[in-house]
Amino acid sequence: MAEPATLGTVAAVDAIKERTGGVGYLEGPRGGRPRRVLTAHNVVLYGTLLVIAAYFLLPLWVMLVTSFKTMDEIRQGNIFAPPTEFTIFPWIKAWAQACTGINCDGLSRGFWNSVYILVPSVVVSIAVASVSGYTLANWRFKGSEAIFTILILGAFIPYQVMIYPIAILLGKVGLFGSLWGLVVVHTIFGMPLNVLLFRNYFSSVPEELFKAARVDGAGFWGIFFRIMLPMSLPIFVVSMIIQITGIWNDFLFGVIYTSNERYPMTVQLNNIVNSVQGTKEYNVNMAATLLTGLVPLAVYFASGKLFVRGIAAGAVKG
Amino acid sequence: MLAPNTSVSIRDLTLQFGAVQVLQTLNLDIRDGEFLVLLGSSGCGKSTLLNCIAGLLEPTDGQIFIKGRNVTWLEPSERGIGMVFQSYALYPQMTVRGNLSFGLRNARVPKAEIESRVARAAKVLQIEPLLDRKPAALSGGQRQRVAIGRALVRDVDVFLFDEPLSNLDAKLRADLRVELKRLHHSLDNTMIYVTHDQVEAMTLADRIAIMRNGRIMQLGTPDEIYNRPQNRYVADFIGSPSMNFVEGHLERGTFHGADLQLALDGYRFGAPQVADRPAIIGIRPEHVATGPLVDSAPIRGEVTAELVEPMGSDTLVWAQLAGKPFRIRMDGQARVSPGDRLPIGIDPAKASLFDAKTEERL
Ligand SMILES: Nc1ncnc2c1ncn2[C@@H]1O[C@H](COP(=O)(O)OP(=O)(O)OP(=O)(O)O)[C@@H](O)[C@H]1O
Ligand SMILES: [Mg+2]
Repeated sequence: MAEPATLGTVAAVDAIKERTGGVGYLEGPRGGRPRRVLTAHNVVLYGTLLVIAAYFLLPLWVMLVTSFKTMDEIRQGNIFAPPTEFTIFPWIKAWAQACTGINCDGLSRGFWNSVYILVPSVVVSIAVASVSGYTLANWRFKGSEAIFTILILGAFIPYQVMIYPIAILLGKVGLFGSLWGLVVVHTIFGMPLNVLLFRNYFSSVPEELFKAARVDGAGFWGIFFRIMLPMSLPIFVVSMIIQITGIWNDFLFGVIYTSNERYPMTVQLNNIVNSVQGTKEYNVNMAATLLTGLVPLAVYFASGKLFVRGIAAGAVKG
Repeated sequence: MLAPNTSVSIRDLTLQFGAVQVLQTLNLDIRDGEFLVLLGSSGCGKSTLLNCIAGLLEPTDGQIFIKGRNVTWLEPSERGIGMVFQSYALYPQMTVRGNLSFGLRNARVPKAEIESRVARAAKVLQIEPLLDRKPAALSGGQRQRVAIGRALVRDVDVFLFDEPLSNLDAKLRADLRVELKRLHHSLDNTMIYVTHDQVEAMTLADRIAIMRNGRIMQLGTPDEIYNRPQNRYVADFIGSPSMNFVEGHLERGTFHGADLQLALDGYRFGAPQVADRPAIIGIRPEHVATGPLVDSAPIRGEVTAELVEPMGSDTLVWAQLAGKPFRIRMDGQARVSPGDRLPIGIDPAKASLFDAKTEERL
């Protein structure tokens, strides 16, 4: 067998080969720089992160273990220890039996109230905000910049100032104390932030796309539904998360603008936790609190990736 | 008022953005089936004019007619125009087929008709195999073809192009340029084409409108624009490398500038009697005769080469004439070194003479 033909050698490489005894590489750094893991910098950095993480996670841990303990075990005092006698009963009681005033059907009533408030509020507020943002971004009209500025300034007015006037207004139009009254309130208070988000997102869509659609004969709604909507899922997710968590966690508007039997879950939770009758059932309270926080938590976990993408996209253009 | 064969007619069009006058009482008549190129430097208002014709911008004043119809207040879709954008502007969530048919669906054209028109356009543009792809899965050239197709299916009277090729690489641009020309020959639509690429303008246009600061500086065939520029701006703008200018004055048919004297025999003056005045003469680098051609030139002289730029197909030589830098374009084979004495010849018939004050052609 013949040797495979060599393609001729480069003189410079040969010189290196000679010096290195045939290896062909000079000594010294080569390739990617090695990274040391255990440096002082890393120890401080990750150490700090760990401490902070523990600081935030510890209360959650305490809540979680407490909610699965019996009252007897809680009275023994070791709040960090996991339950020795695991019980699901506090969760059941929080959901279905805890008493608030005259009702003793637990948080479930509040949960469904919250759902009934949440769904229309989120749908209406996002619909209004997205169309407003689209109009402000793509159909500039005389004074549209002024309207936008006013809207943004609205975000800086403390909303406590507006509670009473809005209550009167709702009373005048006959919506006070009703579900739709609360939907209107949530829509109004969600406007500044969500319109800003949508406007910025839609202005980052190339203008020529919008022009092409107009030449193609699409009108205001045609462009909105057939061009803009299909390409704006991320920003809708962002807006939905903001609205869902905001509206679900709302306490103040719920107390003020609804009546007793329509109180949302947060108000119900407060009534359970702060009820004065009998002993404080810490395990039930913990379970009730966790139950109330479950919805926003689930929303975050389900859509975290889209959330980040949408936030990044919405921040591109001011 | 309108000539019968005008396709697009623009009357006193004015557009202001706040205090900025972007279009200044602009008048333009475009003939039926004409390929008109709007050429000008960046920011001169080409896109603005095109958007006004399309109905995407509202003019401050003036009128626009398309096929004899006053379209000034009509929606873009009602004007019988199709538009192709620099960024293609394809709808990202729709397939190529969806992109092509979007306008027809909006106009509620029957399904069968849509299908046949899309098929025809796809065939003309050779994008049939791509019909079910999304724009993201297309190359730049293919995307631009789809964008052209979107105007094609709608059977419009006037095509508007806003720098459609400037996002493509040089080779593809040249290919598509030829295709566009072919398309224009086969369609006979009026086309208005915005570019700031001179080569595109010269090769595609039936007529070129050179724009500057929202005005049209000259409207004419590529030949007129190149050989008889109406003012110094156009003369300077067209041609690469650009024209040499020598300042001096005109005296009884002879141009005097520093140590230079050019008897303008054979120069076609715009008026039968042109009074003596300060003037500027413009000579294109490629109109300076060198080598054996010098002998046949009416005016001969000699310059010293100062700098030589070989560019492959030709060579650019920098010299001095009348105390000013003077560019000479020579054959690519020419062997010239800095310091060489170079005999040159000038033909006044190919020169351009401008009034020094108004900068208009004499
Ligand atoms: N919305 C606007 N508001 C204010 N000024 C504008 C607006 N749009 C364009 N202009 C100005 O109008 C002038 C003409 O713009 P136009 O886009 O028509 O230029 P162009 O000739 O197409 O340039 P290019 O070759 O860079 O595309 C520019 O000076 C620009 O700054
Ligand atoms: Mg432009």
